[in-house]
Amino acid sequence: MSDATQGTSDLKHYVNDRPFDPYSAVTLSPEQEKYYLASQWVLMWMKFKRHKLALISGIYLVLVYLSVVISEVLAPYSFSHRHTDFLYAPPQDVRFFHNGEFMGPFVYEYDVSLNLEELRWVYTENTARPKQLRFFCTSDDYAGSTYEFWGIWESNFHIVCPAKDSQFFFLGTDRLGRDIQSRIIQGARISLTVGMIGIIISFTLGLVIGGMAGYYGGWIDSVVQRVIEVIRSFPALPLWMALSAAMPVTWSPILVFMGITVILGLLDWPGLARAVRSKLLALREEDFAVAAQLMGAKPSRIIGKHLMPSFMSHLIASATLAIPSMILGETALSFLGLGLRPPITSWGVLLNEAQNFSAVALYPWLLYPAIPVIMVVLAFQFLGDGLRDAADPYK
Amino acid sequence: MLGYLAHRLLMMIPTLLVISVFVFIIIQLPPGDYLTTLVTELQAQGEEISQEKLEFYRQEYGFGEPVVLQYLHWLWGLLQGNLGYSFEHEQPVADVVGDRALLTIVVSMGTIIFVYVVSFPIGVYSAVRQYSAGDYALTFVGFIGLATPNFLLALVLMYLANEYFGTSIGGLMDDHFKDQPMSWAKMVSILEHLWVPVIVIGTSGTAGMIRRLRANLLDELHKQYVVTARAKGVPPGKALIKYPLRMALNPFIADIGNILPEIISGSAIVSIVLSLETTGPMLLRALQSQDMYLAGSFLMFLALLTVLGTLISDLALAALDPRIRLGADLAK
Repeated sequence: MSDATQGTSDLKHYVNDRPFDPYSAVTLSPEQEKYYLASQWVLMWMKFKRHKLALISGIYLVLVYLSVVISEVLAPYSFSHRHTDFLYAPPQDVRFFHNGEFMGPFVYEYDVSLNLEELRWVYTENTARPKQLRFFCTSDDYAGSTYEFWGIWESNFHIVCPAKDSQFFFLGTDRLGRDIQSRIIQGARISLTVGMIGIIISFTLGLVIGGMAGYYGGWIDSVVQRVIEVIRSFPALPLWMALSAAMPVTWSPILVFMGITVILGLLDWPGLARAVRSKLLALREEDFAVAAQLMGAKPSRIIGKHLMPSFMSHLIASATLAIPSMILGETALSFLGLGLRPPITSWGVLLNEAQNFSAVALYPWLLYPAIPVIMVVLAFQFLGDGLRDAADPYK
Repeated sequence: MLGYLAHRLLMMIPTLLVISVFVFIIIQLPPGDYLTTLVTELQAQGEEISQEKLEFYRQEYGFGEPVVLQYLHWLWGLLQGNLGYSFEHEQPVADVVGDRALLTIVVSMGTIIFVYVVSFPIGVYSAVRQYSAGDYALTFVGFIGLATPNFLLALVLMYLANEYFGTSIGGLMDDHFKDQPMSWAKMVSILEHLWVPVIVIGTSGTAGMIRRLRANLLDELHKQYVVTARAKGVPPGKALIKYPLRMALNPFIADIGNILPEIISGSAIVSIVLSLETTGPMLLRALQSQDMYLAGSFLMFLALLTVLGTLISDLALAALDPRIRLGADLAK
């Protein structure tokens, strides 16, 4: 003790003459201010940005969904045009060097001959006839260039197209000689919308049903719980199969498309409803909810205005994770021939061609439509993961 | 434990009843009743359906009665083990199904065992060695497994087997065993063929399982008691197995309720692609020809399988976790 007093007396009295701000510990630097005063959504964005894979997946998905708007322009051919001289043509490689000389992207034209033993067309590249690809072209000098944009405006503008009177089958052609690349690009339109519309249906149902169960509790809750249990105990695919097979054969393809989407959406809501319910059960006991109730707010207002914002982000994340299952569901159904019907083209409808195994063994490029399916599903998984991590930015 | 078992069994009854109502609604969905369709179809082909047959169908299904009575009729038949009558095959459904139902169970069980056996060590490894090269590689493979629809995997495997080994991997047994009664040799043949569908169906389930086990175990491993145990010098192996692993095991077992519908779904479509002798291809054919009673029986069977699976997982969970079985006893 005496040592300590000794020590202090040795020190010279010192006063810092800089002006003293008693709030210096409380005031925030601009960066801190940006962080602490940011709204929930801004915080989420900041957190989401750090998840690089999710960010890339998100950008990829936005691009893919944008491409859906202009599918016809992106594809080199009209998706239903049959190149009758090129049935089951294998993919053509894009090359850059002809005889060691650079000449930009081009393909070698195919020589077609008939193999009488196996009864199939044989395609060989004719290295003497390189055909340069054209970009941003509006010519109708090759077969299958004319299309109807969204089924309304006739046009023949393409981003990429083959040389005059030549072909460019980047991913080969199918049984009827239709260009697979064009069909994949076109199929994205249906495959991706199915997921989106389906999720909107299931999201709405999940929100309403789960919200009612969670907020009111009691018998509504137990009924909803039972129904959820039953639906979840059904293996999804056989149930989808049965429901889509039950659709009348007389329905038009568009009606079938609507039907399939509704079926996918109708059976997917239990997962979301369950999430909503458990969140609501926890939140409705919170002080702010009780306060709102005491002030006479109606249940719809309490749920919509006070409770929903606090778990909306979680819901969006789980909805994102639910989209792939719908895309896969549609693909599986159409693959089996129970889903969408031509002329509607989705990735599943394209894969239906690959259902016949001997066709796959001979013409493996029929499996190409699987690649976009896997890519999109993966992207949704990554995006959903990133969103889920970012959903609670205060953690 | 017995009380819990009884409680769970009782709970199954309303669930199964609701399921049966759903299935019956699906059976009734196609417009017109099957009988009228059949008669008009046959008449269009210039054939005449015999009066006895009509009468038989009418009796079997109570056609012409109110829907509720038809449902009760059908349900009563089900309870007596009468699966109904297949219009397409003109045989009782039970005869058409044959040992397909059994094979479906074999494939599903095999897949579940595969999923657990594979995902358990990998999940533990990924959690313990988080962010190691192995963890990244396994996570990546897992994501691909999750994203690839299993019928595609089946197609690709078939293609590869055909391309590089020149063999066909379809089917569930050697050809000469088909339509033969179950025997030891047939069993062996089935087991030899089982691995392909099991891997194909199980991949996505395994991938999901690994991810969940990894996440659960990581949550546990970051808790204070593990840190304390480590700090006090408990050997790493013991500090892992004694408590965190046991805690993480609970959701792992409970997950069977989630993966079982997935597996049965998957097996339906994979068995169509691989042409296995299970209920899948038959379900598809029944649906295509709108033989709805046959399809309904299959649906009912598949749903029953899931409900039973969930029951087993709940029982396993109760055996594992005293809180659950005591909680149920207390609630009573």
